[in-house]
Amino acid sequence: MNKLIQQKQLAQLISAHFKEIIRQPAVIFWGIIFPILMALGLGIAFTRQTDIVRHVAVIENNQVFTENANNELLIHAFLEKHADKIEPSKDKPHQYKITLPDKKLGNTTFVFEKTTWHNAMILLKRGNLGIIMDEKNGRIEYHFDPLNTDAHFSYLKLSKIFGQNGAVVEEGLESVHPLTVHGTRYIDFLVPGLMAMGVMMSCMWGMSYGMIDKRAKKLLRRMVATPMKKSYFLISLMTVRITMNLIESTLLFLFAWLVFHVTIEGSIAGLLTIFIAGNIAFGGIAIFISCRTSNTEVGNGLVNAVVMPMMVLSGVFFSYHNFPDWSIPFIQKLPLTLLADGLRSIFIEGAGYSEIILPTAILLSIGIFFFSAGLRFFKWH
Amino acid sequence: MKKNPVIEVKNVFKSFKNVQAVNGVDFKIFKGQSVALLGPNGAGKTTLMEMIEGIQKPDKGDILIMGKKWKGNERELHRDIGLSLQETHFIDRLTVFETLKLFAGFYELKRQRVDEIIRIIGLAEKTRSYVVNLSGGQRQRLALGIALLNNPKILLLDEPTTGLDPNARREIWSILMDLKKRSQTSLILTTHYMEEAEQLCERIIIIDNGRILKQGTLEQLLKEDNDDKIIEFALEESNPAIDRISNPSGFQIQWDADRDNGIIVLKQIEKQLPEFLNFLNQNNLRLRHLECRRKTLDDLFTTMTGRRLHE
Ligand SMILES: Nc1ncnc2c1ncn2[C@@H]1O[C@H](COP(=O)(O)OP(=O)(O)OP(=O)(O)O)[C@@H](O)[C@H]1O
Ligand SMILES: [Mg+2]
Repeated sequence: MNKLIQQKQLAQLISAHFKEIIRQPAVIFWGIIFPILMALGLGIAFTRQTDIVRHVAVIENNQVFTENANNELLIHAFLEKHADKIEPSKDKPHQYKITLPDKKLGNTTFVFEKTTWHNAMILLKRGNLGIIMDEKNGRIEYHFDPLNTDAHFSYLKLSKIFGQNGAVVEEGLESVHPLTVHGTRYIDFLVPGLMAMGVMMSCMWGMSYGMIDKRAKKLLRRMVATPMKKSYFLISLMTVRITMNLIESTLLFLFAWLVFHVTIEGSIAGLLTIFIAGNIAFGGIAIFISCRTSNTEVGNGLVNAVVMPMMVLSGVFFSYHNFPDWSIPFIQKLPLTLLADGLRSIFIEGAGYSEIILPTAILLSIGIFFFSAGLRFFKWH
Repeated sequence: MKKNPVIEVKNVFKSFKNVQAVNGVDFKIFKGQSVALLGPNGAGKTTLMEMIEGIQKPDKGDILIMGKKWKGNERELHRDIGLSLQETHFIDRLTVFETLKLFAGFYELKRQRVDEIIRIIGLAEKTRSYVVNLSGGQRQRLALGIALLNNPKILLLDEPTTGLDPNARREIWSILMDLKKRSQTSLILTTHYMEEAEQLCERIIIIDNGRILKQGTLEQLLKEDNDDKIIEFALEESNPAIDRISNPSGFQIQWDADRDNGIIVLKQIEKQLPEFLNFLNQNNLRLRHLECRRKTLDDLFTTMTGRRLHE
């Protein structure tokens, strides 16, 4: 009898919370369409094979350039001889273009622009170009930021072109094998990251806002003045969130699979397990941070304080291995990192249960800890 | 036969930071009784109600509901109590029906009861509307419906009709009067409206500054000096400072500068009214309006506190 009552309470709460969510049109947009648009935009920007275009500044060496015909400048002469001229337009001065054709990796085009040192520096600072060419004593010199890998790339190619003394190299050597297998592309990295982020955002914003709002409206107060079991209220909230997140992530995956042929290499059951563990972790944190305040501004601040560092650190969009070495062990223990890495290991590396047991256990403990703490300190009125 | 009280409030105190919201309140309510807590803004009505509802805890004193304390008996007592808070918003995008169903679920009630309640509160046409689209009066009726869902033995309503127009207010009154006819529910409601207290409750407790000023039936409250008549008048002259002019007959004039009118309580109207008119004449004051009426709770309150019930 008692069981029956409680089930009825839970069922009613779940149904009410579910309706509450799906009746907000914004939910469809932010939960489903937005992540898909992100995947589409970033996937296209970073995954598709496109021609590479790089701009290079060539310093005009004033007098020498025009007058000294017999000691003709190396770069100038080279460009006159081997490069295509681009007709000067209104705002663009004289430019040259060299294209290195490559069927395997995509073409590389260098656009050379003659300019002063001063101007070149401005363009460099604006990020319009990465490398500046100059010559001294009959030798070509390259100026670029050593930390800029892209400039390194330009330097290597350019030095090769100019080193060959005019013969434009055909790229596409036998020894180069472009990696376009599944799992190494940016989109393969991105989709699990987006899923993890979606779970975090939806739990943190959706759940905490919902609770704070209900507290502010005195609805919580009204609900606990009935025989409603308090934990059921929170459990129903989490159940509905997990279901919504599951639907959202499935749609995102279906989209990525159809458009980018993203696949799940590892165990689907394992994927589901760590996904739910991640939901429980963020659900617990959401309940904890919204367990007392009835002010949505305060709630926003708290949510941001949790969400922002993880967005930056946890490698949703780019690998966190670019952060200093000492910070990596710490970053790897953040819930978002645990979830994103766990999802990635299954998506990309084909991991099974054994690989995700540890992160799943940590996520579950985080969730249960914050859930119980939140329930304990929860302010119902 | 000695009946046990359904609600017993024993010397209850409650303060917030620097406000003594409830300052030593005592009363008992028996089965089937209806009691109105009448008092101005900030009197402590809501705080007192919420302590009875088990939502807030008294700093001092005891509250017994059917002989039981709240602590340890929450779930049991919640089953027997129906309440509406002074201000509750329900979930915006649930319909009236779904909202009632949600709360019915908390009490393990069948759908049949939900339909019954919809009929009682007269929201049959609105069952499929979202709560957010209801008018203020409809929302109050929904809140009342939720309070009635579990056929409560005790009904606690905090300002069930505040902010409603007279028609909407009467609709709620008639729901409650029906209920009183049909059941033995004990009722406490808070209100600023004397008329509401008179209509719905046999007992009235007037509270101000966290204390009970007076309590009893309406007749009891007004009985002392029941022969008193009230003269309410207005003058052609503005700002006459009439209460400062001494008068030989010794009647007390209470002048209300905001409303620009005065009140006198007369013990023997037949003798004193001519004296009053004479007094006006002697001071060259001209009457614009004069009305004689029986004493009301509002007057009682004004004489007790120097303030009106609601301004
Ligand atoms: N949570 C609180 N924190 C601080 N002060 C409070 C709190 N609740 C009530 N008070 C104060 O206690 C006093 C009594 O408030 P209460 O809400 O009980 O009055 P009320 O009689 O219900 O008034 P109203 O008719 O306006 O609803 C007020 O002075 C109010 O400011
Ligand atoms: Mg109040």
